Amino acid sequence: MNRTVLRLLKRLGFYALIAVVLFYAIFPFYYAVVTSLKPSSELFRVDFWPSSFDLVNYARILGEKSFVRAILNSILVSFSVVFIALLLGLTASYALGRVRFRGRTSVLLIILGVSMFPQVAVLSGLFEVIRVLDLYNNPAGLVLSYTIFTLPFTVWVLTTFMRQLPQELEEAAIMDGATPWITITRVFLPLMWPAMATTGLLAFIAAWNEFLFALTFTLTDDQRTVPVAIALISGGSQHELPWGPIMAASVTVTVPLVVLVMIFQRRIVSGLTAGAVKG
Amino acid sequence: MASVTLEKLNKVFGNTQIIKDVDLTIGDGEFVVFVGPSGCGKSTLLRLIAGLESITDGELSIGERVVNDLPPRERGVGMVFQSYALYPHMTVYDNMAFGLKLAKADDQTVEQRVMETARTLQLETLLERKPKELSGGQRQRVAMGRAMARNPQILLFDEPLSNLDASLRVQMRNEIAQLHHRRGSTVVYVTHDQVEAMTLADKIVVLRDGRIEQVGSPQTLYQRPATRFVAGFIGSPTMNFLPAELCDASPDGCRVAVAGVGELDLHQDAGETSGQRLTLGIRPEHLRLDAAEGDNRFTIVNVEYLGNEVYVYLEPREGDTLLIHRSEAPSDWQVGQDVALHVDVEHAHLFDASDRALTIATQRHAA
Repeated sequence: MNRTVLRLLKRLGFYALIAVVLFYAIFPFYYAVVTSLKPSSELFRVDFWPSSFDLVNYARILGEKSFVRAILNSILVSFSVVFIALLLGLTASYALGRVRFRGRTSVLLIILGVSMFPQVAVLSGLFEVIRVLDLYNNPAGLVLSYTIFTLPFTVWVLTTFMRQLPQELEEAAIMDGATPWITITRVFLPLMWPAMATTGLLAFIAAWNEFLFALTFTLTDDQRTVPVAIALISGGSQHELPWGPIMAASVTVTVPLVVLVMIFQRRIVSGLTAGAVKG
Repeated sequence: MASVTLEKLNKVFGNTQIIKDVDLTIGDGEFVVFVGPSGCGKSTLLRLIAGLESITDGELSIGERVVNDLPPRERGVGMVFQSYALYPHMTVYDNMAFGLKLAKADDQTVEQRVMETARTLQLETLLERKPKELSGGQRQRVAMGRAMARNPQILLFDEPLSNLDASLRVQMRNEIAQLHHRRGSTVVYVTHDQVEAMTLADKIVVLRDGRIEQVGSPQTLYQRPATRFVAGFIGSPTMNFLPAELCDASPDGCRVAVAGVGELDLHQDAGETSGQRLTLGIRPEHLRLDAAEGDNRFTIVNVEYLGNEVYVYLEPREGDTLLIHRSEAPSDWQVGQDVALHVDVEHAHLFDASDRALTIATQRHAA
């Protein structure tokens, strides 16, 4: 009797904790969704349940040409960053994980060190670089600066993963007459999809959500990315913050991420735990 | 098909010399097995031939060509790895076709070669499967197929059977032997298992600490081991070693005293100096047991019954390696019994202080 109660309590506590975590994680996003669906007249009444289903905010932001343009810019920049980071990360990880050379560990540590600087610290230096390369107010400048911050992570994860692939597999490819490039693309790449999906997705999220560089390195509306565009959505007067459209915009740009995570979630899990256990 | 010649081959990793001045000739169509304890350099030697390791010093030729600086694909070698190392994402067919496609063979040739190889290895029904859907023996065969598909002059095997269970190992051993008979290609095979070496090889190369200890046919190695190391390594159960003292030597033979066993007249030419410390080597099947008499008294510590034969373990006079006697089953010997040892002098081996085998005297005169 006593034991059953105890077990019940334990189970109850377990689910209570899960509920707390879920609430903590989801509530802000949920509140954004609820707010985005309200007409502006009801905005400042606190409702925890969707009281109305009004798509006027969505209509407004999607009708705005600069916002649509910003979404396209974001897509362009993020996919470019993912592509470049994975390409460079894969080739670098082959060199760092497979080729024995002097100073390999130092190179890895320097790469890791780069990612530890706060963005603000490199902001002015990077600005000069972008000016010199004539990439100011150009999505290519953003691709360049985001890649700097996503590459270290990509290289580290892929290098770790690459090292776990059996040595004999590479040697078998060499015996079959494969060059390093063929070994990477036709033998290693198909085996590294989980790791590629994980790192690619994290790079995508980082690039999609980045704000500081996007604000600093762009000037005109048609070159902006989504986070900056949202921050610069303005109301009728300078004293009005148009929360409805802002929330609608936020929800709109979050949806692609959620969809991507859903698609790749199994890959991500297997990517992050790969090598933890044999199998 | 081609021969392989190794001339004063050396390999140094950092400060350690793995391979030391290895000279070896592998004839066309020969099945050569490298055998030795772990760390003796046998795998390294194979990888030097394959081209997976660079040669520090010396010359390696395949056929007439010196191949020191050629990459693996230009050496005409195929290799089977210990872990098989099949490409997990490719089907059996693609695994075998990969090398051919990289060599820019046209589609028809690729298909023809793969199908031919698959037929030889009885893989035709498995061509569409992925490696993870195959059993250990099948994977092993695919690995061989991949190595053979490009029709290499030389096939290299790196401990190919060590991942299989005992019965499958015997079966695959037979298949490899038959394959070699059919194809007649030159094979270099690395193993630490002396049974594999004995059963498969035309020629066994025993390696120790990066040097060749002895090269010879299985019969030579078993019947006339050149050193005590080879004598102990080849044969199972291992040869018994007993300390012996030289009493008398003549051109026709010698007389040695073995503690417990007494004085024996052997055919070996022991040189002149009497009183030398020697080692008598005698295989388990060349020992005879009798009722104990006088000083010739050894205690039986264990009896192993294997069905067709019986191993009797005896307490040695010196050291702690048990002496082994092997005989046909059944046997009446009991643990705890004291027995006398009789050595079959025709089959006894004698090793000098530096562990070299002493030659048979009469043989030398005849030569």
